[in-house]
Amino acid sequence: MKKLIKHTILALTLISSIAFVSCEADETQTVVTKTNLIMADEFDVDGAPDPSLWTYDVGDGSQEGLPGWGNNELQVYTSNAENVEVQNGLLVITARENGSGGYTSARIKTEGLFEQQYGRFEARIRLPQGKGLWPAFWLLGNNCDQNPWPACGEIDIMENVGDEPTIVFGSAHGPNFSGAESITKKYELASSRFDTEFHVFGIEWSPTIINYYVDDVLYQSITPETIAQDTNGEGTWVFDNPFYIIINVAVGGNLPGNPDANTTFPQRMLVDYVRVYN
Amino acid sequence: MKAFTYIKNTLLAGLAIALTVSCEREISDDAVLASFPNTPDIFTDTPVGLTDAFFESFDPAVGANPNGFGTDENEAYEGSTSIRIDVPSPSDPDGGFIGGIFRDRGAGRDLSGYDALTFWAKGTLTGNVTVGFGTDFETNLYPVSTEIQLTSGWSKYVIPIPDASKLTQERGMFLFSAGSFDPLGNDNPAIADSFSDNIGYTFWIDELRFEKLGTTSLLFPYILNGEDVAIDNFTGYMQAIDGLGATFNLANGQNVSVNAAIAYFEFASSNNSVATVDTFGNVNVIGSGVATITGSIGNQQANGSLEITSSGAFVNAPVPTQAEADVISIYSDSYVSVNGFDPGVFAGSNTENISVQTFDGNNHVRYEGIDFIGIGWDGTVNVTGETMVHVDIQLTSAAGSALVMELIDFGPDDTDNGFGDGSAGGFNVSSQLIQGQWVGIDIPLSAFTLPTGGGGSGNPNLANIGYIVFVSSNGASFLVDNIYFY
Repeated sequence: MKKLIKHTILALTLISSIAFVSCEADETQTVVTKTNLIMADEFDVDGAPDPSLWTYDVGDGSQEGLPGWGNNELQVYTSNAENVEVQNGLLVITARENGSGGYTSARIKTEGLFEQQYGRFEARIRLPQGKGLWPAFWLLGNNCDQNPWPACGEIDIMENVGDEPTIVFGSAHGPNFSGAESITKKYELASSRFDTEFHVFGIEWSPTIINYYVDDVLYQSITPETIAQDTNGEGTWVFDNPFYIIINVAVGGNLPGNPDANTTFPQRMLVDYVRVYN
Repeated sequence: MKAFTYIKNTLLAGLAIALTVSCEREISDDAVLASFPNTPDIFTDTPVGLTDAFFESFDPAVGANPNGFGTDENEAYEGSTSIRIDVPSPSDPDGGFIGGIFRDRGAGRDLSGYDALTFWAKGTLTGNVTVGFGTDFETNLYPVSTEIQLTSGWSKYVIPIPDASKLTQERGMFLFSAGSFDPLGNDNPAIADSFSDNIGYTFWIDELRFEKLGTTSLLFPYILNGEDVAIDNFTGYMQAIDGLGATFNLANGQNVSVNAAIAYFEFASSNNSVATVDTFGNVNVIGSGVATITGSIGNQQANGSLEITSSGAFVNAPVPTQAEADVISIYSDSYVSVNGFDPGVFAGSNTENISVQTFDGNNHVRYEGIDFIGIGWDGTVNVTGETMVHVDIQLTSAAGSALVMELIDFGPDDTDNGFGDGSAGGFNVSSQLIQGQWVGIDIPLSAFTLPTGGGGSGNPNLANIGYIVFVSSNGASFLVDNIYFY
C-alpha cells in the first residue's frame, strides 16, 4: 500500500511480463501448487474477528510516524464493530463518513499471530464501490522493525481503486522497487465487476516465484529475475522470511484520489474467507 | 422423439389437448411459451430487423424535422456506414429539432438477456442528445431515456436497462431527440429570442445494439427524484408518483442515471388503510393516519418516498345559505361565480404554494406559507349594492397566524394601474381564525379601513373591485372557499 503507481511503470511491467513470463498456461510457465491447508478463517462466528488470529492498526498513522499512513489517506482506523465485524459468515469492513467530513474504517492484521514464509494465500472478497475507496489484501514482512520498509518486503495480493470497478492489481515492493516504482500489474474483468460479486484473490509464493491469481486466472509472476530485469539489476528479492496478512479499506489519498459527490457511504468490503496453504 | 413446440395462441389449445390425454402422457417439456428473437443488433452497417421506414420521426406537427436522417458511407466507427443525423437550426422551416424511433419490424424482441443499449457516436459539436429505447409509438410501456453529450471523436455510450426481465417482447429499439446547439448556454423556453443564436450540427451513430456487459451495477432506482417528501392531507387526496428513474455505476467508474417508465416499478404503501397505491403509481388517501409510499425495481428498493399524514375525511366548508339572487360570487361551487377566477394572479416571492383541491366534488383553494397573494378574475365587480363580504377560511398553520384580507378597487377605468383612480383597504381576520376548522367570516364592506400593502389608504370604493388580496406577516397557511358579496 505504501506506493504510488505511474502509468510508465505499469507499462514497463506489462511489457516485461509479456516478454518474460507468459500468462498463458503453456509449458514455460512455472506454477507452484500448494494444497496443504494450514490456516483458514471462514468468519463463521459473529462478532469481533477471532482475537487469536487478528489484531488491529488503529488511528491515522500518526502514532506510527506516518500520518495519513504515508499516502495522505483520509480515514481513521478503529477496531469498533461499526467498522469491522463478522456477520453472517462474512468479515465486514465498513468505511463510514462521520458527521464532520472525515472517515472511519478498519485495518486488521495477523502480525505476531500468524506469520508464514512461502505458501498459497487467498481470500474470497467482494469489494466496496466508489471513487476514493481503496481496499487491499496484502502481506508485509514481519521484520520491518529491524529491517525498515521496503527492505522487509511487501506483497500486495489485491488492491483496487473504487472508480475502476472491473480492475484489481497485484504488486511487490522491495529495495529499489517500492512505492511508485513497485512491480505491479492490473487484471481486468471483461464482463463482471469486483464490487457486485465475490472473487478469489490469491498468490502462490515459493523461494523463486510469486504467482498472482484472480479466481482461476494467473495474471502475473514475479521472480528474482523479473525483479532484476525491471529494476536494471538494482532490485533484490526480499521474500524469504515470514510475512503477515493485512486486510483494510482505505479512503482517499494519493492513489485512489478522494471521494467525490457520487461516492456513497457507508461502503463495505465483504470477506468470505482467508486461507493459507503450504 | 419428435419435439412438440406450441407457440403463441396455440399454447392454450396444446394445453387442452395435453390435459385430455394426461392419463397417457405428461405435457411435453417442449411445450413452452412463445418467445421472441433476441437479435442484439439494431444498426451495424445497415439496419437490422427494423421496419422498412427505419427512422420514424416524432410528429412534425410538434416541430420535429423529418428530413435530417440518413446513413453516411464516408463515416463509420466500424465497417463502412454509420447513421448520420443533421440537427436543424431552430429557425428551420421544416422543424426545429430532430427525433424519433427505430422499431423492430416483427412482433418484438426478447431483450431479457441484455443489460444495456450501447452505441458509438460523435458530433461536429458537443451537443446534448436524448437517447433511449422502449418507445414504440404503440404501447410505449417501457421507455428508458437519458441525455448524453457528444464528443468530437467516436465515444461509446452505455444506456443501462433498469430491469431487462420485463423486456421479453419489445419493439422500441432506439429513440433519439436532438435540438440545436446552444453556444451561449442561454436557452430559456420562456424567452423565444434566447434560441436565436443556436446552430444546427451533425452527429453520427454506429454499432447500435443491445449487449450483456456484466459491468453495469444498479446503485439505486429512484422515485420522486430520490427525495423523501412529506405531506399533510385528507381522505380523497390523490397523487401520481413521478420522478422515476435509476442510477447505475458503469465499468469506467462513472454514474449514469436514466429516466425509467412506471412499468419497471412496483409500489407499496406502509399502511393500506391510510393510503393505497396501484401499479401505475397512483396514490389514493382513504383514511386517517400515516402511510409511506415506496417503490422498487425487482428487489432493489428505490430512493425517495412519499409520507402522507392524513387527517381523515375532509370536511368541506358549509354550503352557503344566501339566495343566489342576493349574492355576487367570486368563488363558490354553490353559486354562479365570476369568469376567469385565478387564485394566484400575483403572489409574493416567499409564498410557498397555491393549489386548488377537490373533495367530494367541492373545490377550495389551498394557500401554503404566503406572504401575500392576489385573487383575480375577468373584469371587475360592482358591489355598491351589497353590504357584506363572506369568506370561509380554515387555518392550516399554527394558531397565531396573521392574516389580513384586502379589497382592491381598480377605479372607473376598470384597469389595474395603481391608485390614480383606484383605491384599496384591508380588514384583519386573524383573531377569527381557528386551526383545522372552517370559520365563516362575514365582514361589513365598510370595515375595510386598514391601509394596504400596495399603498391603498383604506375604505375602498366598491364599484370596480378587481382583486381580493390576502397578506400574512408570518407565512400563514389556510384554505379558502365561498367568497361572495351579499
